[in-house]
Amino acid sequence: MSSKNTVSRRNFVKIFGLASSGLILGCNFSGKTPKIVRIDDGISFAPNLFVQLKKDGKLILISSRSEMGQGVKTSLASAIADEMEADWNFVSVQHATGNAAFGNQNTDGSRSVRTILTPMRKMGAMAKMMLISAAAKKWNVAEKECVAENHYIINTKTKEKIFFGDLVEEAKKVSIPSDKNIQLKDKKDFKYIGKNLKSVDLHDFTHGTAIYGIDARLPNMKFAAIARCPSPFGTVTSFDKTEALKITGVIDVVALDRVKRAFGMLGGVAVIATNTWAAFQGKNNLEITWNLGDNGNYDSKKYKQLITDRVHKKGKIVPGGKGNINKAFKNADKTVEATYYVPHLVHAPMEVPNALAWVHDGKCEVWTSTQTPQRAREEAANYLGIDKENVTINVTLLGGGFGRKAKPDYVVEAVALSKKMNAPVQVVWSREDEMQHAYYHTVSAQYIKGSLDDKGKVTGWLHRTAFPSITSTFKPLSDYGAGFEFAQGFNNHPFQIPNIHLENAKAEAYVRIGWLRSVAHIYHSFGINSFVDELAAKANKDPLLFNLELIGNNRIRQGRSKYPLNTKRLKNVLNIAVKMADWGKKLPDGHGIGLTVHYSFYSYVASVVEVSVINDKVKVHNIYTAIDCGLVLNKDNVINQMEGAALFGMSLTFYGEITAKNGAIVQSNFHDYQMTRMKDAPTIEVTVVDSDEPATGVGEPGVPPIAPAICNAIFNATGKRIRELPLKNIGLV
Amino acid sequence: MKYTLSINGKNHTVDAPEEMPLLWAIRDLAGLTGTKYGCGIAQCGACSVLIDGRLVKSCSFSVSDAINKEIFTIEGSSETLEFLRQTWNDGNVPQCGYCQSGQLIAATKLLDAVEKPTDKDIDDAMSGNICRCGTYTRIRKAIHKAVALKNNAI
Ligand code: FES
Ligand code: FES
Repeated sequence: MSSKNTVSRRNFVKIFGLASSGLILGCNFSGKTPKIVRIDDGISFAPNLFVQLKKDGKLILISSRSEMGQGVKTSLASAIADEMEADWNFVSVQHATGNAAFGNQNTDGSRSVRTILTPMRKMGAMAKMMLISAAAKKWNVAEKECVAENHYIINTKTKEKIFFGDLVEEAKKVSIPSDKNIQLKDKKDFKYIGKNLKSVDLHDFTHGTAIYGIDARLPNMKFAAIARCPSPFGTVTSFDKTEALKITGVIDVVALDRVKRAFGMLGGVAVIATNTWAAFQGKNNLEITWNLGDNGNYDSKKYKQLITDRVHKKGKIVPGGKGNINKAFKNADKTVEATYYVPHLVHAPMEVPNALAWVHDGKCEVWTSTQTPQRAREEAANYLGIDKENVTINVTLLGGGFGRKAKPDYVVEAVALSKKMNAPVQVVWSREDEMQHAYYHTVSAQYIKGSLDDKGKVTGWLHRTAFPSITSTFKPLSDYGAGFEFAQGFNNHPFQIPNIHLENAKAEAYVRIGWLRSVAHIYHSFGINSFVDELAAKANKDPLLFNLELIGNNRIRQGRSKYPLNTKRLKNVLNIAVKMADWGKKLPDGHGIGLTVHYSFYSYVASVVEVSVINDKVKVHNIYTAIDCGLVLNKDNVINQMEGAALFGMSLTFYGEITAKNGAIVQSNFHDYQMTRMKDAPTIEVTVVDSDEPATGVGEPGVPPIAPAICNAIFNATGKRIRELPLKNIGLV
Repeated sequence: MKYTLSINGKNHTVDAPEEMPLLWAIRDLAGLTGTKYGCGIAQCGACSVLIDGRLVKSCSFSVSDAINKEIFTIEGSSETLEFLRQTWNDGNVPQCGYCQSGQLIAATKLLDAVEKPTDKDIDDAMSGNICRCGTYTRIRKAIHKAVALKNNAI
């Protein structure tokens, strides 16, 4: 924490986007080095941007990451409150607006806790130190005679105590301690960290008072729906708005041009109305002739054949190989080959993309569900050609994100329409829009060949992968995978194999490709962990022993990572999960059991799944998951995330498939893009490993093991190998 | 057309075409945003409300059909709903929370209709409500607990 400065109340309100009163603790994370910003609003104690203590004791904490169901608001605030010795009952948590002062606010990659846990703890610890100084001064005693406890500072000699709120005035005069003097608590003294704090938004969630983007309201606001070209980047040739304008409530129909940026809007024809439904109806009544453009021929069935053929031929070599694969195959006792396919998927958060924008007087204000407020701010400023300082992004709760809401194209649409209409405009995507104009999870084909020696040990591993890269969204004509995509399971798996050869085949993108909860781990884990099970069967070994052998001895993989893979932790979660599942137990007729252990987002997760396959219907009965994600902030939240990930993984295993014909997406709503429902939900048991290692991700790592574990269980039950998702296409649903 | 809707015992006058789905009349015209849009085609249950005690997907129900009826939304309160709120809270059920209005309304209907629902009853009553975050196992537990609370209270 290098420099110190004070922000005036006016600037403070600008940063927070809210009127505050009370002590505000601020930390400026611009760039990589956090800076302390102390805010003086005249009324509160606010030593940094994340802590604001009011005279009545109310403590407002700021979450710089977006809450979308992963519990981050509660987790980050609990870390501040813990170090501050605050009473949780006084705490409320607000989202930060999009502003570089808060540091990187992108909520994706399961990295929020990993990257900002320590800075947040420091924000709280700093506030506590200052409150102690204030009390010591009041009592005229040494600071070391004072301790903080449950929203009070206590004089350890006299047992006198002062309420936090009563220290606001005095604390404002205390100077900010230097970073090196900030002491963090010992793990054993944690009061909130590692405990099962409930979501701070629970009351609102159960009373209909939680405000999501779609609930944002302003006086005189208009509602808009946009018809977009069925194939990505196609354009409007002509349109007729007569029928649309006949709908009661429709105000106007305007054309929108595409903004050629990764997160720019697609463009199309917008219907502005006095309510959402009129806008939807108006949109349905538009007559539009489209020019489908370059992507108008996309046919996912043909494309599947194309990339499957490609992974059967030589591709580009990907780093991570070793030994001599040809020799391994030549000397093999047995070899196994398999080809895997996973289709496009879509995020389908329950709350569709939406944004309310108000452009006026050279300024722009936005209320939206976004995982990336700074990116939204940048896109809005870029579109309007104004300085970022004139754009405020107010982050509401997110009704799910899963990666979709990290792409603010819908914010640009609202900004453009507000400017055109000279009024606040809320753009609401219909479910059909959400499914047909997404940034899709990519489609992939993989070919794997492995060799075994006469003891059933794996000697060779040839893996080819082909998938349109996320990079294509940023740089058109990027036809090969990127390093970060390979690093998601493909070229960094934990197996001890002497000869490895990795290749990547060409795959052009015909839709916008984006990231979806656990990203490339979805298909790489499916291919790799299904194949390991195939090898185990060929070697005639129990999958548990086979996996443990393949992971090999205890070792820490050296590399550039701050969180190197530790095979001991990987084997540990596997051993815990199989114990929970009573691996090896006798199963009822028609039942089967399968396992997968996978390392992603620096966390270690193993899942064991028990299924039954009766009359060609797969039913998942039990899922046992063990996770090691280092230091746990909120155990119940980790469990909740693992349960949710299991259901998310089930949805993609059973139903998830986006297909395209003539450039247009075929699926349109939950009837043809189905989700796991209550009747399909298994019992789920979760064990969270107690660990002192650095905290790592929990939002995504629970997903990758589920699909292969289910398919391995189906094999165990039936002897049938599943090499292609989803199960509905092979008559198993 | 001007309609008077009785929502949670309070009258709201809205000006809407008769075929407007009740969902949008509640959200955009009456200004009660607790009832959610998820699909618009009676597939997800996010928009669930009770109309004269009947469970209705308000996205697929015309505003004109709700006249002279009592509409109950998540902003309302009933003895059953309060038990459910309690156990939803105890079980820390919601993740993003977005589907939970609909889940609670559907569960209210279930508990009002069936004294001691079995797992099968829960499957049947709750499978019209999608939770993309995957909170089903917690919802199931919370329903069982609410039943216990309710039956003890009587
Ligand atoms: S919005 Fe009504 S059922 Fe989905
Ligand atoms: S809690 Fe997010 S959709 Fe159910």
